Amino acid sequence: MQKVLDNFFNIEVMAKYLPNILDGFVLTVYLAVSVVATGIVLGLALAILRAFQIKPVNFLIVIFVDLFRALPPLVIMMIFYFAFPYVGLTMSGFVAAWSCLALVLAAFAEEIYWAGILSVHKGQWEAARSTGLTHLETLIHVVLPQALRLAIAPLTNRAIAISKGTALASVVAVQEILAHAATAQAFSANTSPLTMGAIAYLILFAPLVTASRWVEARYAWKR
Amino acid sequence: MDAIIENFFNVPIMVKMFPFLLSGFWWTIKLCLLVVPLGIVSGLAVAMLYATHIRVLKWLVIIYVDFFRSFPPLVLLVFVYYGLPLVGLELPALISVVVAFMLNTSSYYGEIFRAGIESIPRGQWEAARSTGLTWLQTMVHVVVPQAARNVAPDLTSNTLEVMKFTALASVVSFPELLRQAQLAQGLTYNPTPLIMAAGMYLVLLWPIVRLLSRMERRMLAVR
Amino acid sequence: MPGTRGAVTPGPPILDVRGLRKSFGPLEVLKGIDLLVDPQELVFVIGPSGSGKSTLLRCCNRLEEPSSGHVWVDGVDILARATDINAVRRTIGMVFQSFNLYPHMTALGNVTLALRKVAGFARPEAETRGHVALERVDLAEKAAAYPNELSGGQQQRVAIARALALEPKIMLFDEPTSALDPELVGSVLAVMRNMRASGMTMVVVSHEMRFAREAADRVIFMDHGEIVEEGPPERIFGAPEEGRTRAFLASVFDR
Ligand SMILES: Nc1ncnc2c1ncn2[C@@H]1O[C@H](COP(=O)(O)OP(=O)(O)OP(=O)(O)O)[C@@H](O)[C@H]1O
Ligand SMILES: [Mg+2]
Repeated sequence: MQKVLDNFFNIEVMAKYLPNILDGFVLTVYLAVSVVATGIVLGLALAILRAFQIKPVNFLIVIFVDLFRALPPLVIMMIFYFAFPYVGLTMSGFVAAWSCLALVLAAFAEEIYWAGILSVHKGQWEAARSTGLTHLETLIHVVLPQALRLAIAPLTNRAIAISKGTALASVVAVQEILAHAATAQAFSANTSPLTMGAIAYLILFAPLVTASRWVEARYAWKR
Repeated sequence: MDAIIENFFNVPIMVKMFPFLLSGFWWTIKLCLLVVPLGIVSGLAVAMLYATHIRVLKWLVIIYVDFFRSFPPLVLLVFVYYGLPLVGLELPALISVVVAFMLNTSSYYGEIFRAGIESIPRGQWEAARSTGLTWLQTMVHVVVPQAARNVAPDLTSNTLEVMKFTALASVVSFPELLRQAQLAQGLTYNPTPLIMAAGMYLVLLWPIVRLLSRMERRMLAVR
Repeated sequence: MPGTRGAVTPGPPILDVRGLRKSFGPLEVLKGIDLLVDPQELVFVIGPSGSGKSTLLRCCNRLEEPSSGHVWVDGVDILARATDINAVRRTIGMVFQSFNLYPHMTALGNVTLALRKVAGFARPEAETRGHVALERVDLAEKAAAYPNELSGGQQQRVAIARALALEPKIMLFDEPTSALDPELVGSVLAVMRNMRASGMTMVVVSHEMRFAREAADRVIFMDHGEIVEEGPPERIFGAPEEGRTRAFLASVFDR
């Protein structure tokens, strides 16, 4: 028991590395917020673009969406960070992580918005167009408000999932929570920094996960 | 252009490294075949515990599910792989990966099945019980088959996520596809293997993405 | 006047309910019900919404757990700890307002599930019996159809066959025709008429007063969790004694 305590909850080690973990915490939050903001806006833009039904554009959107839904984010991140420099595209680990995760979220978000748009009844389009609204006006004032409501619950879940993906950034040398925790663990030969890291994630995500239950109940897809 | 072909689609390197990557690809598939069924079965168990409507069990299940949904899977993996050996619990990489993923995936699958079971109207339970079926028989023959149909898209979506998670095993040096690609890149000083790995992931996962899109459309059509 | 017995067949009752009470929290929904149903009797239960009719039926197969009182079905105390409730339920058919067919199974699948899992018949034997049951509700040709391919009336008849196939001692009907379009009601009532003719014991909660007049041996009027009045249909409909019964019947026939 003492051994477990010493290894997982060693106060001395914890105190020593707490500032590092806090630094990591701030960076994780910053990365997650950047990713979510970029991703859901880009996803919405793509969905609106898709609603214009221009064949070649839609084809490209579908390819993009499929690609970023199918590939493991870590693979994409590795390619951005380790492969792109070979063709003259060098980026920091943070930019690699941010752009990779934001694009993945955008792909998922586009699908979610698009499903919402499709589920709005055709009569809504016809009624709005019959009053003289343009395609874009109908989309923005009539269809999207209804579609967004349906998108809230799945989008929340997806945003939380992608925020957890920020832990992957540790692999491309971004000093977020997990990177700090792992480094400290190696230096101190003690698991306590990992415990601290885990607690930091718990503090960050447990409220979000719990809140998502509520969001899901409130904005549930009616099947 | 030449730089792209030279570095991303270098045919001699592709040919040379193909068997090496293929061994990683097989490990990725084996991991999927291990982790997905385990996750589904344990998720079903979690959901059934919830459905017993025994209050204590219900709360334990909610705490378990939300707790493990609060950690990025990579954090669980690092914790299990690097953390536990320090208290004398040295697990081989394969076991670490399976254990860490079980904790994560059973929560997600469990949550999906729970929602599915709750989507079955009370009348189905009552009709079945009124003919003398037991709780378990009702669950197995009446509720689960219908719930499975309702949750098929969510189930597929989560399975896709789980399969993508297997790339995380590269972080603990497990010789799956991404890990082999990184090693190959190191050997050849050329990122072509990374691109190849991405291609192999697409072979495995793109069909699932397509299937998922179809299911989501069908779900929309039904509503 | 609790416990009045119909005059169809003497002998031990199939259903014997004594002092049945049921509360949901502070709300007492059944306030001491006594009811005897003889073999081959058709008892009709009427009463305003919320009077406890459904709850009474559901207490008779323990879909609801009674708060106190006793229920015997064909001599078996269904509330006794030693009673295997699932075995007893097999002998108590129940038909619901909303059919509650299993949508993922064919009509035959719906009918045979309990035959196989509760009665323990092998599949061929269960299917033979299932076909016979579907025949009895005049749906032999729909055995392979899924519920969503059937009309409401047909679905309800499959639900009746699902209960009938288990050869129950008694059948409980909770508003079997309330969810049906008027033109589909007749087919379900016809099946119930046939069942009565072949000697099935039945307790029917329904608003089909014409059917009650024609087919019931006894009509029970419930209000606020009590049996207010009971008797042969001619008397209950023709010359009700209680004011509450008169008021209820007036409101029904007004419509
Ligand atoms: N599970 C329950 N929890 C709480 N109250 C209930 C429950 N089931 C029934 N009740 C209440 O019990 C009372 C009797 O309900 P019941 O369904 O037996 O009436 P009913 O005579 O069948 O009415 P109706 O003609 O509308 O079907 C109602 O006030 C109802 O709100
Ligand atoms: Mg009722």
